[in-house]
Amino acid sequence: MFDIERWQEIFDTLKKNKLRTFLTGLSVASGIFILVILLGFSKGIENGVKSEFQRDATNCITIWTGVTSKEYKGNNPGRYIQLKNDDYNLISQKYSDYIEYKAPLYQRWGSTVTYKNETGNYNVRGAVPDYQFIENADISNGRFLNQSDIDEFKKVVVIGNNVRKDLFKDEDPIDKNVLIFGINFKVVGVFYDPGGWEENIAYIPITTAQRVFNAGDNLRNMLFTIKMSDNFSESVILSNNIARGIESDLKLMHSVAPDDTSAVRVNNTLEEAAKIYALIDTIAAVFWFVGIGTIIAGIVGVGNIMLIIVKERTKEIGVRKALGALPSSIIGMILQEAIFVTMFAGLFGLIAGLGLLELIGPQIQNDYLKYPQVNFNVALTTVFLLVFAGSLAGFIPAFRAVKIKPIDALRDE
Amino acid sequence: MIQIKDLHKSYQVGANKLHVLKGLNFNVEEGELVSIMGSSGSGKSTLLNILGMLDEADSGEYILDGFPIKKLNEKVAAKYRNEFLGFVFQSFNLINYKSALDNVALPLYYQGIKRKERIEKAEYYLEKVGLIEWAEHLPSELSGGQKQRVAIARALASNPKVLLADEPTGALDSTTSYEVMELLQGINDEGKTILVVTHEHDIANMTKRIVNLKDGVIVSDEIVNQKRVLQSV
Repeated sequence: MFDIERWQEIFDTLKKNKLRTFLTGLSVASGIFILVILLGFSKGIENGVKSEFQRDATNCITIWTGVTSKEYKGNNPGRYIQLKNDDYNLISQKYSDYIEYKAPLYQRWGSTVTYKNETGNYNVRGAVPDYQFIENADISNGRFLNQSDIDEFKKVVVIGNNVRKDLFKDEDPIDKNVLIFGINFKVVGVFYDPGGWEENIAYIPITTAQRVFNAGDNLRNMLFTIKMSDNFSESVILSNNIARGIESDLKLMHSVAPDDTSAVRVNNTLEEAAKIYALIDTIAAVFWFVGIGTIIAGIVGVGNIMLIIVKERTKEIGVRKALGALPSSIIGMILQEAIFVTMFAGLFGLIAGLGLLELIGPQIQNDYLKYPQVNFNVALTTVFLLVFAGSLAGFIPAFRAVKIKPIDALRDE
Repeated sequence: MIQIKDLHKSYQVGANKLHVLKGLNFNVEEGELVSIMGSSGSGKSTLLNILGMLDEADSGEYILDGFPIKKLNEKVAAKYRNEFLGFVFQSFNLINYKSALDNVALPLYYQGIKRKERIEKAEYYLEKVGLIEWAEHLPSELSGGQKQRVAIARALASNPKVLLADEPTGALDSTTSYEVMELLQGINDEGKTILVVTHEHDIANMTKRIVNLKDGVIVSDEIVNQKRVLQSV
């Protein structure tokens, strides 16, 4: 393969046929370039959508209640359904095999929180340790609630980053006391929300909240996350079944009509997530389809050019044969030339595409398009595929051309 | 140099079999300048193809410089073509993107000669045909006569035993034709065996021997009084 004289002959040929070389190279390089960009953006969209979704657990079932809209078992409509600790305990007991994290919630919107002279209105939530994982709250400082906070009705609070910024400015909030509804709470932690949306919140132990807000054993919400199995669609079906089971259990316990949609509501984010993932898959499939189409167009283009090149060189092949060239050396020369050009151009397109993604990737400020990137192996494989196809497309006519008798090739005017 | 005995060749044309060469016998000695004449369809090109090892006879014998040419594989055929034969074509068949010098050097490439030596040899033969000043020109920048002279230089470059010329003057005007024939006569004077296929009588008369082909058989084979180009002009 490595024969300096052969290479000299090939470089000679390429140099003297600049346009032909350029066009072949261009079609290969642009095909690879477009594929790399497409795949990169497809990955970017996937990254973007996934990170948008990251802010909460994707497998979360949320339950809240309202007033009944239908008469049922002698109860008039318009009755408020109040969730209780008992409801929560019963449900968590019944579905404990499937539940990963569970949390009861009691919250007050617009609760006044004061530190020294700074005051603000925030959503104060009574929660439990598990809630950190359901909300995907990142602790930046201190800690989240723990079980002893719950058991001992401690007056501690974990504040969102926005609350910290508003009340404490640059001060370290840990172990400082804030007033919530005039009661002293000690700040034990600060959290970030990866989605950034839910930082105007302060978490206190649920038991403390029920006391402070005079709520007895009332709850506002219940949240459960379902253990995920390896099979995503099975998990979706399982969590849907659990969500429906919880809904009918609660309706039974509170004497709500089974078809009453306003009294007991259950939201299953996994179902939403399944839709989003299906969308991502569809987008990826579309990009792959377009990408593969581009590659096929590239292959056809290269094949076409190779056909024309060989056709154009039929006479030259005849001359070379008459001058004593071996058929194998002629085919070898044409192939080596084709492989060299497609390989060089393919790698050029690959590097250009990767370079562009590297360059503009970090500049993109869009929630739904983040870090466009390409699997290098996939890109390299496509280059080789294109080189292979180009060589094959060159080989067939070259093989036929050397089979033509030189005199026939030369006579053909 | 060339011995041919009872050479037959036929082609399949559609359903019919076309018998082109019907038992040719003739010999060519070293140093001869022979013209093969005949109208189109007489089989002269087929004969030249067989002589040039570009085609193979159905039956009969062909011995080139003591080597029987029969059922050669591609590798041996290519080697023999390269070492024994030089081709000159009617339409020159220079490679259009290579300079005159590179065209002449091409058969040497297939002999596996190193680039430097190739160039030296090619320059020698270009000088011989009087085109050394045109070495770096492309074929498209040369006149018809110049192209044919480059082609002759190329045919000579591998120092073949026999030069086969297929209508070498067919695409040239008569003045240029005579120049080319003068060159061929000069090469023949140096001892090279040359076979020229032509249908022009004046060109044939510039050779030393005329073989007339008609319908696949030799109708006449006679030594003629060679007309030197310088005399006829």
